[in-house]
Amino acid sequence: MDIQLKRGLLDACVLAAIKNEDSYGYRIIKDMKPYLEMSESTLYTILKRLEAGNMLTVRSVEHEGRLRKYYHITREGLRRIEEFKEDWKEINAIYNFITREETGNE
Amino acid sequence: MNKEEFLSELRRKISGLPHEDIEERIAFYSEMIDDRMEDGLPEEEALACIGTVDSIVEQIMSEIPLSKLVREKVKSKRSLKAWEIILLVLGSPVWLPILISVLAIVLSLYVIIWAVAVCIYAACFSMAAGAVGGIAGLFISLFKGAPAVALFSLGAAAVCAGLAILLLYVSVWITKLILKMTKRIILGIKTSFVGKEE
Repeated sequence: MDIQLKRGLLDACVLAAIKNEDSYGYRIIKDMKPYLEMSESTLYTILKRLEAGNMLTVRSVEHEGRLRKYYHITREGLRRIEEFKEDWKEINAIYNFITREETGNE
Repeated sequence: MNKEEFLSELRRKISGLPHEDIEERIAFYSEMIDDRMEDGLPEEEALACIGTVDSIVEQIMSEIPLSKLVREKVKSKRSLKAWEIILLVLGSPVWLPILISVLAIVLSLYVIIWAVAVCIYAACFSMAAGAVGGIAGLFISLFKGAPAVALFSLGAAAVCAGLAILLLYVSVWITKLILKMTKRIILGIKTSFVGKEE
């Protein structure tokens, strides 16, 4: 898959995983698992990128005597999801165009 | 291997990264392992889910820009003592030319490798040109009424075209090989920046 497209897709997935309530690393991976297998290292990179882009904020919460990082989506992050949906509509339209050509040739 | 060993090995292998980066990554993986174990997985399996240390290091290396590693390496070096600086300056007529020539040799070796690829492309192109020329020769000879020469031209054109197609495959293959090698070399340089420091 085109790397730019894939990056946008993964970003949107992670944002969607924390959209409704704050979440932490392992739960994000678990929630996405039925749809998308993501390695820890990949998630780390994406979280860093989203944090740098002000799409999410991080806070450490004590849990069972250790610290756990919770990720909270920002308004910017929510807007990114909406943008992604709009982008996807365009891609979908292109997809329809491509497959229509295919059936037309048959 | 248990969690502590896993994390300390990871720490050792990424010790060339900026300090905050290391701490943050270690904390991240530590949390991941703890959460998996809390979820009911035995330590061994929790570690297996994260992947091997080497695979993690390799992914980190491929994502981080080389310039960042070099900057960190330069920054983290202890400051030089006065006599070391004097020695470095005094010795510069000796070590500077050596360093430059070593770099030049390495660079020229790399250029030579590419030159091979360029040569094959050139051969491929000239064969293609030969094929076109042969076809032209065919028509010219036919027009002039020399069928034997025309037949020869046709044969030459066919041979040239065949070689051109063959060489095209070879040159594409070589280009891919060189690109793959370049990627490996860059990864190797990055790893050498990160791994050595204890």
